[in-house]
Amino acid sequence: MAMIEIDALAKSFGPVAAVRGVSLSVEKGEVLGFLGPNGAGKSTTMKMATGFLSPSSGSARICGFDVQSDPLPARARLGYLPEGAPAYGDMTPRGFLAFCAAARGMSGAAARDAIASAVARTQLGRVLEQPIETLSKGFKRRVGLAQAILHDPPVLIMDEPTDGLDPNQKHAVRALIAEMAPHKAIIVSTHILEEVAAICTRAVIIDRGRIVADGRIADGTIAFATTGPDGAPGQVAADARDLDGVFRALTQPQAAA
Amino acid sequence: MFKGTAAVFRRELAAYFATPLALVFIVIFLFAMGAFTFYLGGFYDSGQANLAIFFSFHPYLYLFLIPAIAMRLWAEERRSGTIELLLTLPIPLSAAVAGKFLAAWAFAGIALALTFPMWLTVNFLGDPDNGVILASYAGSWLMAGGYLAIGSAVSAATSNQVIAFVVTVVISFLFTIAGAPLVIDALAAFLPLELLGTISSFSFLTHFNAIMAGVIDLRDIVFFGTLIAFFLFVTAVLVDLRKAG
Repeated sequence: MAMIEIDALAKSFGPVAAVRGVSLSVEKGEVLGFLGPNGAGKSTTMKMATGFLSPSSGSARICGFDVQSDPLPARARLGYLPEGAPAYGDMTPRGFLAFCAAARGMSGAAARDAIASAVARTQLGRVLEQPIETLSKGFKRRVGLAQAILHDPPVLIMDEPTDGLDPNQKHAVRALIAEMAPHKAIIVSTHILEEVAAICTRAVIIDRGRIVADGRIADGTIAFATTGPDGAPGQVAADARDLDGVFRALTQPQAAA
Repeated sequence: MFKGTAAVFRRELAAYFATPLALVFIVIFLFAMGAFTFYLGGFYDSGQANLAIFFSFHPYLYLFLIPAIAMRLWAEERRSGTIELLLTLPIPLSAAVAGKFLAAWAFAGIALALTFPMWLTVNFLGDPDNGVILASYAGSWLMAGGYLAIGSAVSAATSNQVIAFVVTVVISFLFTIAGAPLVIDALAAFLPLELLGTISSFSFLTHFNAIMAGVIDLRDIVFFGTLIAFFLFVTAVLVDLRKAG
């Protein structure tokens, strides 16, 4: 059974169709890189996959639990880093993580161990007692990451986890994702195409609310199965370290033609 | 459910004290209470050893001060994006709604309890009926809960705290004065008598005055209890509706 099952999710905001039928399934051990131009529907799809936003049609399941009809067990198995890594600015990272642990039903030694482990893995030790609103962008992002991995969830959905990090921090986060990858099903959205080669086992490109390419990475190359604007299937192979050309060709057909 | 409510309650209550909000609010609340009671209400001139004057200003103070606590409840979560975290934690929405409300209500209770020097003063000056004072404190706190629940529902409908504040004040004002002669006389011209009775029965003033008289009637408690439950339900519905985008 796939740990993340997204089935024909669609979302309209009034007359605007933001997501138009996205289906995906992600297995344990997979790190799926979710790519696409701004406004393509990445964040909206992720919000629906976590159950935060209810879809206009379609469904999503986490470890078999429907995020809309059976939300609590689904959310218990999910770690989520929302877009922009929001956190309560007036709290310290320690207080914030303690709140998340309590809300997830952890207490006493279990909560302390979980917080200590998440803090160590995201290297937050130095800023534990400072209000989150006074932290740099990189630390804020890592507070969000710590919250997402706090309960060691089998499923991780992260919206731009490396945004705002410096190269060293990016490297550390990528190493963290790689370390967790074998035991989890992970979706990461990113604008940084090099990141795909660094951490992902699979790449999905979304454009105007539809999946236009989906491919697994093997030996540094991606064999994409593509879907044209008319729904015609196709195949493109690309070097995983150089996705720029493919990305532009698939998401800006007019410019490439 | 309980654990989720407790976690949200503790976080929210701590949040009031993590910022200057708690201090500013409590200072203004106490200062306004004192100023109203002693200057506007002529507490000393009244020559009576009771707190009726003090309590009679509570509805009007709450009208402006309680929306200031309530406006942030949901609007701030929405504006900062933390609502996305809160609503993807494995706690039921009802637990989050209840936890936030109870924290705000506890905070209002702390501010109210800090008016205890009034109670000491009146006991020093004379021999008041402390049962009536206790009932009035309980009634005042219940009424604060009513205003807070209205504010919670309004806050859930917007991500703008200023709008949340203004709309809460307006709705609270209607609920406060529903039974006042100003409203009833104006409506009496064209509404049937039974309807007037219904409208005035929604008045916070009517129920609070009844409690202030020292009689804790079950009907007054049920009124505020039902009102709180209703507006918390509306809060949950509004938060849930916004999920639809």
